[in-house]
Order: sequence, then C-alpha cells, then structure tokens
Amino acid sequence: MSKKQDKKHQQQAAEPSLDFSKALIYTPAPESSAHIRLKKQYDLFINGTWVKPSKGGYFETINPSTEQVLAKVAEGTQEDVDKAVKAARAAYENVWSKMPARERAKYIYRIARLIQERAREFAVIESMDGGKPIRESRDIDIPLAANHFFYYAGWADKLEYAFPGKNPESIGVAGQIIPWNFPLLMAAWKIAPALAAGNTVVLKPAESTPLTALKLAEIIEESGLPAGVVNIVTGAGATGAAIVNHPDIDKIAFTGSTDVGKLIQKAIAGTGKKLTLELGGKAANIIFEDAALDQAVEGIVNGIFFNQGHVCCAGSRLFVQEGVADKVIRKLKDRMASLIVGDPMDKNTDIGAINSPEQLKKINEYLKIGVNEGGEVFQPNCSIPSKGYFCKPTLFLNTSQSHRVVQEEIFGPVLAVQTFRTVEEVIEKANNTPYGLSAGVWTDKGSKIFNMTTKLKAGVVWANTYNKFDPSSPFGGFRESGFGREGGLHGLLPYLNLR
Amino acid sequence: MANTSTPKKPTAKKTVVAQNNGQAEKKQTGSSRIKVQKTYKIFINGQFPRTESGRYYPLTLSDGSIVNLCLSSRKDIRNAVVAAREAQEKWAARAGLNKSQILYRLAEMLETRSSQFIEELQLMGATKEAAINETETAIDRLIYYAGWCDKFNAIFSSVNPVSSSHFNFSSNEPTGVVTIVAAEESGLLGLISVMAPVIAGGNTCVVLASESKALSAVTLAEVIATSDIPAGVVNILTGTRKELLAHMANHMDVNAIYLHSNKAEEIKEVETLSALNVKRARIEFVSNWFEPKEENPYRIQDFIEVKTTWHPIGI
Repeated sequence: MSKKQDKKHQQQAAEPSLDFSKALIYTPAPESSAHIRLKKQYDLFINGTWVKPSKGGYFETINPSTEQVLAKVAEGTQEDVDKAVKAARAAYENVWSKMPARERAKYIYRIARLIQERAREFAVIESMDGGKPIRESRDIDIPLAANHFFYYAGWADKLEYAFPGKNPESIGVAGQIIPWNFPLLMAAWKIAPALAAGNTVVLKPAESTPLTALKLAEIIEESGLPAGVVNIVTGAGATGAAIVNHPDIDKIAFTGSTDVGKLIQKAIAGTGKKLTLELGGKAANIIFEDAALDQAVEGIVNGIFFNQGHVCCAGSRLFVQEGVADKVIRKLKDRMASLIVGDPMDKNTDIGAINSPEQLKKINEYLKIGVNEGGEVFQPNCSIPSKGYFCKPTLFLNTSQSHRVVQEEIFGPVLAVQTFRTVEEVIEKANNTPYGLSAGVWTDKGSKIFNMTTKLKAGVVWANTYNKFDPSSPFGGFRESGFGREGGLHGLLPYLNLR
Repeated sequence: MANTSTPKKPTAKKTVVAQNNGQAEKKQTGSSRIKVQKTYKIFINGQFPRTESGRYYPLTLSDGSIVNLCLSSRKDIRNAVVAAREAQEKWAARAGLNKSQILYRLAEMLETRSSQFIEELQLMGATKEAAINETETAIDRLIYYAGWCDKFNAIFSSVNPVSSSHFNFSSNEPTGVVTIVAAEESGLLGLISVMAPVIAGGNTCVVLASESKALSAVTLAEVIATSDIPAGVVNILTGTRKELLAHMANHMDVNAIYLHSNKAEEIKEVETLSALNVKRARIEFVSNWFEPKEENPYRIQDFIEVKTTWHPIGI
C-alpha cells in the first residue's frame, strides 16, 4: 500500500468503537489432521480404476495457508479424457441406462452414507487443500455434499412424477467442470443429479483443489458403483477444454467464471450438446431502515466473508438505506474487528486462506483499483499469518455504480458499500448489472420483502438471511449468471430429455 | 437501396391493379370500383412504421400478383428491442388472469377475421382445406396458451422442504425479451405456436416472420394492434433471415432467442452469438405444427427463469 493509502487505512481502522484485539484472546483450537489418509500421488480415476496419465505429467496441489505441498496429482490430457469418455459411454450403454432406477438409487444412497462416515476426514482435507475454515467445511460443505447425494438418490425412481405429461429420459454422458471454492460440494451438485437421472459422468475438479474429488473417487470405488459410471480426470484448463470439445459427450455442466462460461457456450455452438452454466455474480445485499439491524449486520458479514468471499453468490454490493447507514457501517466495522483471520484448521477462525496466490494477486489488484477510484477503504486492525495467502476483510465506502469494485466480481472478502433513499432507487441500482445470481433483502415488513424479491433479477433471493443452501432448493442464475438450475426438482431437468 | 432482389415494381403494380390480391374478381362483378391496395408494414411498439431502411422485397402470390413487403434492417430490430424491453416489466406484472383474458381476446378477434387469414394462406400457396385447417388450429392454439397464463406457475413451482428453519419456495419469472425467428414453412400456425407461449410466460418478443409466408404475420400484427395486447409486447418484422439472423442473436439486451431451423450453419451462428451475453438459445425444427404434442406448457417453461426465495421461520 502507498503511504496515502496507509494513512487512510489507519484513520479508518481507528473508527470502530470497540477494540477486540486485546480483550478477547482466543486460545488456538486446531482440528487434528492426524487421522486423514492422503496419498503422495494421485492418478486418474477412469473406468473404476486408477490409471497413470498418458503423458505422465503430475502437478502439485498445495495448502494455501502453509504453502506446503499436499500431494501430486495427475495432469489429464486429451488422451485421458478420451479414455474416460469411452468408459463413461460403455458404462452408460451397457450398465447404467439398463439398470432398474431403484437399483441405481441404492448406489447413490451408498455414496451419501460413505461420505457421512468419513465426513471429518473430508472436512480436514477440504480445509487443507482449499483454505476454508474448518468450521465451514465441517458444518456446511461436507454435510451438504452428503445430503445432496442422499436427496437425488431418492429421485432416481420417481422421475416421471417430476414432469407431468412427459416421459423423461437420460441424456448419456455428461462432462462436468467444477470450481475451487466448494470442491466436494460442487462435485456432489454435479454428480448426484446426473446419476439419479441415469447418466454417466466425466468430472474435472479445479486444479488447485482436486483432493476431495479424488477422495470421493475412492468412496465411489468402495461403493461398488459399476466401473465407468463416474470418472474423475484432474488437470487444468486444457483438460477442461478436452472435455468441452469431446465429440462423444452429450451434455456439459460448468460452474465457474462468466468469461469461461461464454467461451464454453461458444465452443459447443452447433454441436447439439446440452449445456448448463452456473457463472459469476455481484449480488446486492439490501438493508432497509426497518430491518433488525444486528441480524442484518450478521447477514452482511456472512454474505461477503463466508468462504473468504470466494462465493459466486456472495453479497458483494451492500446497499444501506440512508437513515441507518452510519449506524450500520459502525456496527459492521465493530463486527469486522472481531473476525479472526488465520489458520483454516483452527475452529475459531472466521476467515481462512485465499485459495491460491493467483487469486490473492487478483484481489490485491482490486484493492488498488478501489482506492484509485476514490473508494474509502476500511480493514480491521487484525493480524494475519506471515506465511500463506491471506487477505483482511475489506470495505469500500463511498463507492458509486460506475466503480469497478461495484461492477466486477472480485471473488474475495471485499465489500463495496453504497446508500439509497427509496425502494425504486435501490431496485434500479441492484438490477444494474449483467449478472443475476442472487440477492439479499433485510426488512421487517413482509409486503416490502415480496415487493423486493419479485423485482430483483436474481435466481436466489435471501430475505432476512443470506448464503443458505439445501439439496432441495434450486440454485442458479438469471442473465449472465448462467442458465439451468442445480438442486431440487428443477435440478433434474438439465440431465433429462423430455419426450 | 441495397435490395438483393431485382425490383419488379412497375410490373408488380400493373398486376396488382389487374388482379387485386385475388379479391378483384369478386368485387369487379359488383362494380367497376378500383380496389384500394394494402401497404404491408412492420409492427413496432404498437405502431406500423415502414422499415427505416426504406427497402422492400417483392412476394409473388398464387394469383400471380406481387406485393411488396418491408425488408427490415438491423436498426428495425434494435428499435423493436427497445419497445419490447420497455413493455416487458409491465406486461410481466399483469395478473395471470388478465394476460389470459388478453390472449383469449386476441383469439376472439382472430376468429372474426379468420376468412382473411384463410384467403391469405391460399394466396401464399395453401389449398383451401389446408388454409382453413391452419387458421382454425392457430386460433385454438392461442386459446390453449391463453388458459396457461395463470396456471403454469402452479405446475412449475415448488415449495422446497429445506432442512434448516426456513420457508423456501421456487417460482417462475419471465426470461425477458425474446427474439423469435419463426418457422419459414408455416406462416401463421408456426408463428402463433411460439409467440403464444413466449408472451404467456410474461416475456415480450421481437418476431422475424416467415419470409415467403409473411402476409399472415402482417395481418396478425393488425389484429394484435386492435386487441388488448399492450404496445411493445409483440413486435413483428418482415425481411430475410440471411441478413437479420445475426442481429436477432447478438443483441446484448435480448435475453433469449428462439430459432426454428434445421440448418447447421444457422444453428451454429445463433448459438455462437448467443454466448456474447449468455443468451438462452432454444432451437428446434418442427415438421408438423398440427401435432397435439407441439402444444404443451414446457414451451412456456423454456422461456422462464426459476427464482428461489428463502425466509427464516421463527419469532
């Protein structure tokens, strides 16, 4: 930071009325990693067995909070993707599409149960590989992933009830590409509905967080799922492109940035592949004067600092009604001063490590941009570990609609704050973005809630809550946040043809 | 004037005067009165402008007469999208019952004008029997979708039993502004079969009519203009696919495109351009619009977005 910024920063940091830094010292409460089983090197999971990558390449996956190497992971190439697709095709034609739906369901139930049995091991590995606080991986990511398999297992033999008047049929082989922010949960969101609907899959986890998907492959092996029904091919962008462009894949499901989503939509144009995209967002979180302000402040914090802000539906644009703006900002700064940034394995930690050095660099660039645009920056006076990739929770005050920190998805713990006077004004401002994934509304007046939730262009709207997820609840965006839904009854449709 | 076809205006006029859109003979038996000819215009925001480009294309009818249709331009599409965007939220906000009655009213008006549609379909090459069949099926299809306006949301919504203490439901909202590249082969039924579900779902649309069977679309626009459908909800252009397809697909303020085609290059072009703003591209080719399976609420579902709302349950 420049001197000027530093000065500004100190002024802002002095503002909170409460100082938690000395009053409350938490004793470290680290989760043990002694019980986990990680191999030094992982191959590709194709056709029910572990195979070496055809070109022999491996890459390292690191712990972003310690910068230590956790394991080596195979770099899947076009040849490997081709092998995986052939296995998936054969499994689809010969086994999975012919199996009675209720038998299919039993395998999916088994996977859910095995995840539950190994939940703690998965939570620890998720936090080590991705940097998220153990509290989140333990209480949110892993249980939700298990529940997702359990939920969709039950749909397998009930599909005809989901689409009245239609005869739903499986599609074939699905190619699935998932991001690094919720590694196991996204794998579950992709694999569970695909299998329930009778498809087979080739899944590529993100290159910075492949471990829980590979552990899931172990569970799948253990579950006795027929070989080739689920294939896991690790790698980077080129591996993903090989999946997208493979001629024998019938459907692509992608979660990631809007930029890459557009490339994929373009790449498969004219191929007849079905597509679902779950892309970026820049959600408005709107606080009205009549809201329960303390709850709203908790909601703001959860909205933007959950998972270090690495959340496509993060409430990254805060709109506070003018009458309570000063009060809300003060409360928010106080609350931020009590956030603990640090070791993801510590059960006290609120904000863990930024997922990768690349992402930290991107966030830091936005912090510079925000300051240069004239935003007033606030960060609490907290300490961050000297090793690993960390970012303090950050507010940008006095921002306006034209600021890049207001318009662009930062994917970090950075909140742009604006104020508003009227309902019409905030609806217009909130909808003034190409995205449309999620939104938050805080008010105690029911009629106002429904006015807002119907007018906000977003696929998920949280009223007096934020960042809640459930297997039975459809998730997905309007506009440039993508199309198709994941979760719930609506999450089946992308994996079926309706005849 | 950048007209691709050779203008045959002088000849055309003569022929039309002589034959008068096939209605001439009937009239002429009663009187020697000169028939008033119709100027075929496009339909934007409830009004009937000529194409801003000033261009036309001639269409030869089965009675040998030739009529001139607007050869619409990119600018016409852009004007129509502005009108459709302006109208969209208000149209979506109307009660389902109200939209239902408006679509039903449109069907009532089509019924009273059915003889004109039958006549025009014949002028565009259909047998009398086929023309009657197409007109009647089109009217019935409109009534079918009119009935869905206040019902599809019940079919496609859900209350989701989440594990946490929240009330959670998913309902349907329109995708927004939809461009429709209508079936070339079916001028009336092919158009209504797609337009009706799109607007029943609360969307507004910009339609590129069948190039070779455009009369039905222009007449439909005249019926829409005098119905209770608000200005801008349906906009209808005539012109060539070759020129306009890309502009229907690449407009950044259009949320979805419906393309009726089985041509690989058209499909690829539309899907490629749709990626510019993550447009929903619905592409199909229907060989027989008369089939009962071609009318179903899933055509409405193709142009709606699922919105899920959460609220805590507690004190």
